[in-house]
Amino acid sequence: MIEIQNVYKSFDGKNVLKNISAIFESGKTNLIIGQSGSGKTVLMKSIIGLHRIDSGKILYDGRNIPDMQFMKIKKLRQEVGMLFQGSALFDSQTVAQNVMFPLEMFSNMTQIDMENRMKFCLGRVNLDESTYNLFPSEISGGMQKRAAIARAIALNPRYLFCDEPNSGLDPLTSLVIDRLIKEITEEYDITTIVNTHDMNSVMEIGENIIFIKSGEKAWEGNRHQIFDSNNDSLNDFVFASDLYKKVKATNNIQESKQ
Amino acid sequence: MITLSILKHIGSYTSLMLRVFTKPDRWRMFFRQLPKEMEKLGLDSLGIVIIISTFIGAIMTIQTKLNTSDPLLPKYSTGLVTRDTLLLEFSSTIMCLILAGKVGSNVASEIGSMRISEQIDALEVMGINSANYLILPKIIAFVLMIPCLVIISMAVGLFGGYLVGVFSDIVSQNDYLFGIQYMFQPFYIFYSIVKSLVFAFIIASVASYYGFYSYGGALDVGKASTNAVVNSSILILLSNIVITNFMLN
Repeated sequence: MIEIQNVYKSFDGKNVLKNISAIFESGKTNLIIGQSGSGKTVLMKSIIGLHRIDSGKILYDGRNIPDMQFMKIKKLRQEVGMLFQGSALFDSQTVAQNVMFPLEMFSNMTQIDMENRMKFCLGRVNLDESTYNLFPSEISGGMQKRAAIARAIALNPRYLFCDEPNSGLDPLTSLVIDRLIKEITEEYDITTIVNTHDMNSVMEIGENIIFIKSGEKAWEGNRHQIFDSNNDSLNDFVFASDLYKKVKATNNIQESKQ
Repeated sequence: MITLSILKHIGSYTSLMLRVFTKPDRWRMFFRQLPKEMEKLGLDSLGIVIIISTFIGAIMTIQTKLNTSDPLLPKYSTGLVTRDTLLLEFSSTIMCLILAGKVGSNVASEIGSMRISEQIDALEVMGINSANYLILPKIIAFVLMIPCLVIISMAVGLFGGYLVGVFSDIVSQNDYLFGIQYMFQPFYIFYSIVKSLVFAFIIASVASYYGFYSYGGALDVGKASTNAVVNSSILILLSNIVITNFMLN
């Protein structure tokens, strides 16, 4: 579980995060949603420790990151897997080498064990052997995301962070990635935090959602509660698409009939 | 403002170098990277070093002969001047200025691309000292390879002079060969190698610095690359004065 308490962060005197508190439970997909520029990525990078927060607490199962020394943070990061917006696979390495990279850096496994683990992780994200020796530039965006997930789970992380996992993907592939993230979270009881503004993801995997508006937490709930909220900012965000207006209208009609 | 900016760069560069020169997270990974970098930064530069050195050696011989046509000057002076110019300045300083363009832009753009595509963030999230992992093998590899490049440049430059001298008949084979051996001081080679080691460090570290702190998009990586080449060239020229004053004066 990750808990953040009263987190503030500013850049050059401008407050980007203001008094944000939230609990991200393990075994659940926790979503941070909000418009572009609302502070989602800054919040995620602050939670990971890539940004140093001005004040507040970030507790990884009770371990407060801002109080930790560099070496301890380094150690903690080996328990963290991250899926970046652009996959961030290493260009100069093949898919197999990318997945084996964290194992080579941090485990004392033999070459055979590492290869077995690599095959297992790539198999888990449904990438077959034909992709093992391809470079990231030779595979599709969806495959890159899956390879990046495989790399993220190679060291059996306790915490998984996904920054805009569906950006640049078609709706069908997005659905595959969302389901994969949810399955892995439940299967390994990982604390997963997903940063997204994709409403399809919200409706598919949003078990615990916090909505960020101008650096402040404006709403918290789950995917079943999101349509019934009275929060104007959230409604502006959710119903920006006509599709979800129609979904809500249909829901209201069904409820009134009942 | 300019002074503040320079101080800021010096501070950032120093703190980056402190991160670079630490014990690698895994020596095995370091020693795997090192030969790759030696090949990429050193061996892959061999072609340009050979081509440029051959032609410059040849041109230097022609020009020296043209400018030393005084009958009072000994015939071997063409070979002597060509040798000393190559050994003292061309094969170390000028060659490193050329390599600042080739290697510097390569290093800055590679690391800069990794920065903007979040690959460096990925390393950090994994708990890896990204500066050490990415930059240390490049600096060590280039510093190890540069003496070889300098010595090859000297040899090939002298050979280029020999070829043009013999084939165009502007200087006899015997005069040229006598000239390049006359009053030979091995210290010049040592001086040249010492300079090139410093220049290699400047090229690899300054280019890495600009790449590592680049941000934005492809245009910014291009700017970082340009800044790396320009600033490392300036630093090479400045340090050339300091080293020359220290070692030859």
